[in-house]
Amino acid sequence: MTSQSLDTVEHAERTPGTELPWAELGLKEDEYARIREILGRRPTGAELAMYSVMWSEHCSYKSSKVHLRQFGEKAPTEGPGAEAMLVGIGEQAGVVDVGQGYAVTFKVESHNHPSYVEPYQGAATGIGGIVRDIIAMGARPVAVMDPLRFGAADHPDTRRVLPGVVAGIGGYGNCLGLPNIGGEVVFDACYQGNPLVNALCVGVMKHEDIHLAKAAGTGNKVVLYGARTGGDGIGGASILASETFDAAADGDSGTGRPSKRPAVQVGDPFQEKLLIECTLEAFHAGLVVGIQDLGAAGLSCATSELASNGSGGMRVELDDVPLRDSSLSPEEILMSESQERMCAVVEPGNVERFLEICEKWEVTATVVGEVTDGDRLEIFWHGEKIVDVDPRTVAHEGPVYERPYARPDWQDALQADDPGRLPRPADGKELRAAALALLSSPNQAGKSWITDQYDRYVLGETVLAQPEDSGMIRIDEESGLGVAVATDGNGRYAKLDPYEGARLALAEAYRNVAATGARPLAVTDCLNFGSPEDPAAMWQFAESCRGLADGCRELGTPVTGGNVSLYNQTGEAAIHPTPVVGVLGVIDDVTRRTPMAFADEGHLIYLLGETAEELGGSAWSQVAHDHLGGRPPRVDLERERLLGEILIAASRDGMADAAHDLSDGGLIQALAESCLKGGKGARIVVPDGTDPFVFLFSESQGRALVAIPRSEEVRFTDMCAARGMPAERIGVVDGEELDIQGQFTLPLTELREAHERTLPELFG
Amino acid sequence: MTGTTGTAATSAPTGPARTAGRLGRIGVVTFPGSLDDRDARRAIRIAGGEPVALWHRDKDLHQVDAVVLPGGFSYGDYLRCGAIARFSPVMQTIVEQAKQGMPVLGICNGFQVLCESHLLPGALTRNDHLRFICRDQRLRVENNRTAWTTDYTEGQEITVPLKNGEGGYVADERTLDALEAEGRVVFRYTAGPGTPEEQANPNGSRRDIAGITNEAGNVVGLMPHPEHAVESLTGPTTDGLGFFTSALARLVA
Repeated sequence: MTSQSLDTVEHAERTPGTELPWAELGLKEDEYARIREILGRRPTGAELAMYSVMWSEHCSYKSSKVHLRQFGEKAPTEGPGAEAMLVGIGEQAGVVDVGQGYAVTFKVESHNHPSYVEPYQGAATGIGGIVRDIIAMGARPVAVMDPLRFGAADHPDTRRVLPGVVAGIGGYGNCLGLPNIGGEVVFDACYQGNPLVNALCVGVMKHEDIHLAKAAGTGNKVVLYGARTGGDGIGGASILASETFDAAADGDSGTGRPSKRPAVQVGDPFQEKLLIECTLEAFHAGLVVGIQDLGAAGLSCATSELASNGSGGMRVELDDVPLRDSSLSPEEILMSESQERMCAVVEPGNVERFLEICEKWEVTATVVGEVTDGDRLEIFWHGEKIVDVDPRTVAHEGPVYERPYARPDWQDALQADDPGRLPRPADGKELRAAALALLSSPNQAGKSWITDQYDRYVLGETVLAQPEDSGMIRIDEESGLGVAVATDGNGRYAKLDPYEGARLALAEAYRNVAATGARPLAVTDCLNFGSPEDPAAMWQFAESCRGLADGCRELGTPVTGGNVSLYNQTGEAAIHPTPVVGVLGVIDDVTRRTPMAFADEGHLIYLLGETAEELGGSAWSQVAHDHLGGRPPRVDLERERLLGEILIAASRDGMADAAHDLSDGGLIQALAESCLKGGKGARIVVPDGTDPFVFLFSESQGRALVAIPRSEEVRFTDMCAARGMPAERIGVVDGEELDIQGQFTLPLTELREAHERTLPELFG
Repeated sequence: MTGTTGTAATSAPTGPARTAGRLGRIGVVTFPGSLDDRDARRAIRIAGGEPVALWHRDKDLHQVDAVVLPGGFSYGDYLRCGAIARFSPVMQTIVEQAKQGMPVLGICNGFQVLCESHLLPGALTRNDHLRFICRDQRLRVENNRTAWTTDYTEGQEITVPLKNGEGGYVADERTLDALEAEGRVVFRYTAGPGTPEEQANPNGSRRDIAGITNEAGNVVGLMPHPEHAVESLTGPTTDGLGFFTSALARLVA
């Protein structure tokens, strides 16, 4: 990439035999052959740079595409979710109608590999990237969430990765002024070398403000604005998200390649904050024809996608790109992943006003090109043409692979290893010890050490934030219209059964949204898996896609967009298949929301749903026996939908004072959390004929706890009976301890100490 | 955890200022990187005042009666927090007006800007535990005679959100002694019921100081965020309303 003489299109035509480093850039031999075939000649260095980043797994979805199609093919065609879809998969983020003229866009993305190499910057720029996706849709970002997975909590490297990731998310998100309203933190040794750092952003706009990324209109100007382009992140997309990652992660491990550290970008949240304000002001002034953020693959991606989505071609003068480092080669400028940059298409008559707005916000903005009437993307350097391609072949017609996949031969043995054989607590004393061990384990313990590093108050619209079941944001102060979002994903369940695991993730996020009183409408997903070149990991991926697509059709909640992260694998060791599902819901009046806290003494505690003995993949089996085997809990989405309706009605009609979903850790976890949040105890009776251990620790799905004022009891139980929802009164909010009658009692002070000290002790 | 309710103000836009026949105009400055400017404007509106957006490059204060410097990370705060904001055109006018008695409230980053501008003594340094912290914070009102605290009672405890990375208040011992002697410590961090006393101070601030005032009592700076405690729906309490109703009551008096 450092040739002294300029590799122009003309030069490439004259020197067909010149060897280019396609393999080093992550391209396969047949992919390189295809590029030559498309161009009818060898590519120039700059063209090769563009194709290599745009055809990387990260940008092209070449291994996942054939499976992702199901999300469109199986998308629900009727019901509230389908009717609410304004913009679906394929745009930078999906857009959902939430009523009163408002639309909401939301999306979750991964920044896994960079966050392992450089936890702070990797996580920070993950937030930056997803936020730019949202503003590129014309929406004002209103909240972020971050589903996280780390290696074992007590592993020394987790002490390096976790504090850095958390500080990076906080450092960037807090400086950007976006409340962080939820997410997840899960520890498991399978993520030791491949932590997962996913980031979700929610944005709000009026219907008329929706903008799509396209470059239409010959003569329109291409304006690059935001940060100057530097040498950071060069090749990040193609190299970091590829199979070469392992070999190079520790620097030069005999491969002759440089350390990957410089390939992680460095974020500047202040610049991003200015970019948000300046972009939205330009949108509202009607100055934007098309817009695209610069993320993975930088300018290569933005120019080829804008041109590809529009009707014409595009001509770009690379000399006009403002640089931080004047020594950058044209290839490096095209590949650079410098953060906080956007590209807008603006009519010539509006350019001056657009630049004025940028100047107001002290954002550097430069016209770097224009839309042409041809169908080529042409890029010039020092007056010479160095790129001449059909942008569609770069952006949308990359390779598509039908990777071989096969159910792994160990799957049967894993499923046969039922937790039913494991020793269980035999009496009240042992149950008490098991409950304390569970509630103080890193996965089940309170996460405030982490979430207290995030600003949840900024913007003043946060109605609910972690540890609530879902984060809730008010979007209209007058009417009280709001949205709720929850993310969930249980890698242990998915390992036992990737099809059901994806449906379980969907079910849990759906339930979490409904528990707060919001109607679930739409889904975004971040699919984190191992190597697509490993048939077992590819089978897990295929199964999870099928499960999620089927589940979304059943629940009537379409997938609006998302992201795939593959190669989360070190050698043979892949992560648990981890489909993270985000569900967005709408609530007409946020003052009706249902929080999780037991706040009022005397309120009656009801358990909704049915409890069976389901311990496969459970938190108890992990904490007590370090066991993973058997089948995950059964998921019945029709039952989830009914439960959702009950919870939403209870919220809307003011019947429930508190609601909390049951998931990992079962009933004991939910009871402890609701008691601690409200600072109130509870007296709980184990129903006759029920095994207390199963009652407290099973992870049967489709269940929730609700606290009902006595005055509402009859109305509530009548509603459940009429709709066929099992509802059992199991206790009452009362006192200063969690009393499982006849079994054990846990004073709240002891419970709080056990639940809250774990993370500070590990990371404080 | 809820604190003693600070004031009887409701969330309807009918505070004392409006009943007096004239809305008090309170300006809220937006620097590049200001984040809580919208929230401060909302709080003023809920308290019954008329919020006026002020731009950092504009020296004109547009006839406001008081000014709030909101939270955020002005200019990114990559240097010292507030160090660049103090040189902005709007600050030149604010400093002049403050010296003539105009009420000025600096919240979080705004407090840092006031210290950098020498309207208030001391400085804010990195939290002693080196982490950003966001939590509901209990405060004791030590001085209810400033322009921004007359609606509280002395010794009253309130709970408002706190969120900062550099909130540790420091000053030399003589300055600290003088602040105490002159009653210029306005708020002190305190532990809520059931919370151990050693957890009261969230950032290592000297003498648990959360907020201070100038000699005249018209300029107040504090790290916690009263503008995030003006609605029970979105805040832990409505204890923060008293800041804004205090200023408005004085403006129309």
